[in-house]
Amino acid sequence: MTSIKGFFRGRTSIQPIWVFVIALFIFFSFMSEYFLSFGNITNILVQTSTIGLIALGMTFVMINGNIDLSVGAILGLAASLAVGLQEVSMTLAILAALGSGILLGALNGFVVWKTGVNAFIVTLGAMLGVRGLIFLYTGEQSFFAMNFAFADFGTSTIGPVPVLAIIFLVCALIMHLVLTRTGHGRNTFAVGGNPEASIDAGIRLGRHMMINFIIVGFFAALAGVLLASQMGAATPNLGRDYELWVITAVVLGGTKLTGGYGSIVGTLGGVLAIGILRNGMNLMQVPAFYVLVILGAILISVLIIDKKLNAPSTKEVRI
Amino acid sequence: MASAEQSKPRLLPGKLSKAGVLSFLSAQGILIFFLLSMFVFSFFSEQFLSQSNIMTVVRQASIIGIIAVGVSVVIIGGNLDLSVGSMLSFSTVLVVDLHDKIGPTNAILLMFALTLMIGAVNGFLIGFLRLNSLIVTLAMLSAIQGFVLIYSGGQNVDIADQEGTWFAFFGRGYVGGIAVPILMFGLLAIVMQVVMSYTGYGRRIFAVGGNPMAAVYSGIRKNWCVFSTYLISAFCVACAALVLGSRVMGSQNNVGQGYELLVLAGIILGGTSLLGGAGSIWKTVIGVLILGFIQNGLLLMGYPYYIQWIVTWVIIILAVWLDLANKRKSLFTTHS
Repeated sequence: MTSIKGFFRGRTSIQPIWVFVIALFIFFSFMSEYFLSFGNITNILVQTSTIGLIALGMTFVMINGNIDLSVGAILGLAASLAVGLQEVSMTLAILAALGSGILLGALNGFVVWKTGVNAFIVTLGAMLGVRGLIFLYTGEQSFFAMNFAFADFGTSTIGPVPVLAIIFLVCALIMHLVLTRTGHGRNTFAVGGNPEASIDAGIRLGRHMMINFIIVGFFAALAGVLLASQMGAATPNLGRDYELWVITAVVLGGTKLTGGYGSIVGTLGGVLAIGILRNGMNLMQVPAFYVLVILGAILISVLIIDKKLNAPSTKEVRI
Repeated sequence: MASAEQSKPRLLPGKLSKAGVLSFLSAQGILIFFLLSMFVFSFFSEQFLSQSNIMTVVRQASIIGIIAVGVSVVIIGGNLDLSVGSMLSFSTVLVVDLHDKIGPTNAILLMFALTLMIGAVNGFLIGFLRLNSLIVTLAMLSAIQGFVLIYSGGQNVDIADQEGTWFAFFGRGYVGGIAVPILMFGLLAIVMQVVMSYTGYGRRIFAVGGNPMAAVYSGIRKNWCVFSTYLISAFCVACAALVLGSRVMGSQNNVGQGYELLVLAGIILGGTSLLGGAGSIWKTVIGVLILGFIQNGLLLMGYPYYIQWIVTWVIIILAVWLDLANKRKSLFTTHS
């Protein structure tokens, strides 16, 4: 046990979101007889893997003090490329899809770095523009996967465990280690916490931010390829509103929008909370509309609680 | 951060010295860009500068424009409102659905009341509880979307008697040869511009957005100021819903999806800083019109409509970049 505790120690402690996840888990176990089964739990992991993968990258960008609104569009473009180029070569198609994510991430990061324009504006523009690129490339058509190996991959399992769940959990572990054990992770907190001080400390701020944008671009593209493989198709509107879900998950996980604070363990909790909530309500046959309302209410409650618990009373002026 | 004094509109250069003209040119960059793009498009398409085409474009842009007027005030006050798209869906579905049930007058009054209530919730959470406006309005976006779907049961709504109702006036009517949506857009923009530039209230919003601490120390009730900006934003959304519902005489439950982004794009293009404390309504109007004319010009040139998104992407970043570069007197940041 101590080794596990030690693993979580350091930057991360057990976040309140995990208490919430466990509470949800217990609640739905009682409410639905189907909830607590191995099949359903792996199902939740598969369902959350798309948002979860992007959230891993987004955590880095948000700890860095930036935000990326273009992830949904990047996901859509990668999915379209992966399915659209399948006739040329499947390997090439996947490489092109992942490459497009890395390239667009690099472009976002480069523009933020060189021009100094706020990441919110840069990626908001990219969100519109990349969606335009998708429509330009697809000609407003949906693509269907012909390659059986590709279409089967998304639904395949290793033993009893779905491949998508394994990919997500392995990526989460890697990103957790990068954030807590490497210089890059340490610099991410430093840059987000105090950009001027980190420049003085010799961190190459611009390049560092750009790398994190590349990371989130890559994960968005990876999520797009996996989603296309899972569905066996790609539509031009794929990934719409995903940025909202991803940001919601990351914020639920305790990462601060102002930068300098956050963790992958928390993000994992945020992603699972959303996944369990959707899955559990689905099993209870709550209409999908209510989930939106409940999620909004939960997000605002978390913010209020967070504000009450961590309010730095000296920092703000009371009237 | 620009003060309220600097952000007042300068439609004419103060002194006709060389420096005066130069500062006028840099301050009115967006207007010059607007005229230039009109000039270029008029070469590529003969219809572009026709009166009917200009009126069509302005009428189409007026819905986004009306919302953008309200969101500009929120942004000048130092916050963001991402929930306007969902609110537009909500208000449009509500007013259209209630039109047949309780009559147009009651429907419009109830719709305004409920939309302002949502604005008040936003304003309370952000103004008084001081939560982050980005996340709050993001959460509201999904919650309101949920409400719309619950209310409409996922069905589209429409008005039964489309010809016989005076409700059509707001979207399809004309007063003195000018379409009502354009009139509403123009009127709201002029009123808000005057309020922001020439009243104490406007000065307080600029002060709160520019430097909240200083504003509080100088006796401004910041909480109420922030709260009121969300009421203004909600009021504008309700006006836009009136136009939209009346124009289509029906509503899909996702009709406003993505509007918040187009609104933001127009505002950013108009040169209003997302940091708050600077900006002006008339520049927002021009930003929204540029988006409308770019879309229209590209369509007339035969390009598909989504090309405008790519063009918008480039133009937004260029516009903000040049503005920033002008302020810091160098094109690129200095850090490595």
